[in-house]
Amino acid sequence: MFGLDKKDASLLLIVAVLVAFAPFLLNPFPEGSAMAQFNAGYPDLMQRFVIFGIFAIGFNILFGLTGYLSFGHAAFLGVGSYAAVWMFKLLSMNVLPAIILAVITAGIFALIIGYVSLRRSGIYFSILTLAFAQMSFALAYSVLTPITGGETGLQLALDDPRIFGSATTADGNIPVPGLFGLEMRDSMELALGGWVFTFNFGYYFCAIIMLVAFYLSIRIFRSPFGMMLRAVKSNQQRLNYTGLNPRPYTLAAFVISGMYAGLAGGLMASMDPLAGAERMFWTASGEVVLMTILGGVGTLIGPVLGAGMIKYMENIISKINSDILHGWFAFLPDGLEDLVVTMIYPFIGKGWHLTLGIVFMLVVIFLPGGLVEGGQRLARLMGRKKAEQPKSAKTEPAE
Amino acid sequence: MGLLEVKDVNKRFGGLQALGNVNLSVAENTCHAIIGPNGAGKSTLLNCLVGKLIPDTGSVMFDGQSVLGRTPFEINQMGISRVFQTPEIFGDLTVMENMLIPCFAKRDGSFALHGIRSVMSEGELRDHAEQMLDDVNMLDKRNMHSASMSRGDKRRLEMAMCLVQNPKLLLLDEPTAGMARADTNNTIDLLKEIKEKRNITIAIIEHDMHVVFSLAERITVLAQGTPLVEDTPENIKGHPKVKEAYLGEAA
Repeated sequence: MFGLDKKDASLLLIVAVLVAFAPFLLNPFPEGSAMAQFNAGYPDLMQRFVIFGIFAIGFNILFGLTGYLSFGHAAFLGVGSYAAVWMFKLLSMNVLPAIILAVITAGIFALIIGYVSLRRSGIYFSILTLAFAQMSFALAYSVLTPITGGETGLQLALDDPRIFGSATTADGNIPVPGLFGLEMRDSMELALGGWVFTFNFGYYFCAIIMLVAFYLSIRIFRSPFGMMLRAVKSNQQRLNYTGLNPRPYTLAAFVISGMYAGLAGGLMASMDPLAGAERMFWTASGEVVLMTILGGVGTLIGPVLGAGMIKYMENIISKINSDILHGWFAFLPDGLEDLVVTMIYPFIGKGWHLTLGIVFMLVVIFLPGGLVEGGQRLARLMGRKKAEQPKSAKTEPAE
Repeated sequence: MGLLEVKDVNKRFGGLQALGNVNLSVAENTCHAIIGPNGAGKSTLLNCLVGKLIPDTGSVMFDGQSVLGRTPFEINQMGISRVFQTPEIFGDLTVMENMLIPCFAKRDGSFALHGIRSVMSEGELRDHAEQMLDDVNMLDKRNMHSASMSRGDKRRLEMAMCLVQNPKLLLLDEPTAGMARADTNNTIDLLKEIKEKRNITIAIIEHDMHVVFSLAERITVLAQGTPLVEDTPENIKGHPKVKEAYLGEAA
């Protein structure tokens, strides 16, 4: 199917089904129940899942295949966002030109940064990319304020030209991003019993783009180009003496992953038309590294899983507060309840980073291959159990 | 004029004269061995041929073109393949992928964007690679993870990776170092077979005299960075200067 072998095609299909039914899958608890706060099926968060999924898929093409660890990928995300918002300001509120320009701008930016940074490898490469990203952040935050909006960020205004669309809506508001008349924030709600499922146009738009991005990444992994990138990671010396020049290969991988980041940035701006310099801050670059490692470096699906996991924790765990904890442990005797709540409290709310850190450490130590390795081990365990069952069934009659 | 012509090459590392006025001519379709005691400059010379080092003075001509100032991948594209002292292969890749990479390099040059066509769809290259694997008796290992193979197999794979490119000149850096006698003999047979079958020129650096005398048609003896003698194996065997270089003046 689509030039994929059976295994990859079924993986793509599974991801497509999961993404299509995400509004159901992420909302397993009925509205108003105590567990409802663990529901992640609201548009804002689902959009973030797939957008950061795209970001991580692209990062994995560079880091997973070539082993070059970039610590500045957020710069491309930020550049993509700015480019998209500028399109909204100048051209029209249609998301297509915004996203296309975001990808192109990020690609050009990646070409320049990659050309310089890829002169070094290993830690020096990481530091160079980090330096470039921090320079971009500093520029966006101060010097380039006319282009980037500086501290307040780049926002839409009523007096923007928008030459191919209306500058204001009929009732005098700033128009919202859309695709040929369909607004990104359009949602349809479906109430089933105690459950409310939200189907958001913006989410499905991002989801389709993510599936295309995921499909392309599979094709890149299986192509001769992907094989060369893995060869770069494996043994650059041998590659050189085999008549291949590693530099253009790594640069191409860098630009492709920068364009993925730009795409993610463009989509972020399309969902919520503003862009701030903090998107380029080094912690944002670190986050995508965490996502990729958490999910499984060099695996196809890993980065998407990692992105989902981190965004889920960021949004769900950070929302738990001490009142909710007290509610959960109300069945305990008073003194014990306070003790348990005090012990858990540092890990929730603003302390979600602590939980993330612990999860990250556990994964790196016990599952170096990330969540994907965890899944594989689980599958093997299940497979072994299944293989044992018929055996015992056979031996029974003999007894 | 030989396929490879080294003229008056000098290389200095600080106060050490690693190579002093080296002249060497490797004729087409011969096997030329370079021997010498440790520190004689054999590896330095080899590195000057493949672009890893640039000689201070002198010239290195291959097939009528200078290799000086070219990068290793450019020199490989000219037709020189190198086998390393310790096998250099793509350990994270399968044996088949290891074989396909040199095939792509040969067909498409030092860089090519192949689009998103699958590696699987390259039938012609795969046949070519399988043929070569069959020649070195490794076809049954084609789906193996190459890092998990024995050292001998890695060596054979590396040689197959070089040969699949049909190089004009094959450079071997101690191809039997650390091998058991049986493996060494296998390697000698393999190299003899390859030479007869494919008419390629081989330059070999080797410590093992058994290997040298079974393969080489010409031998150059290096000592302290300078060629001592160049002659046929028969004449080298009893040469007094060679004995002196290897065993010291007392001998």
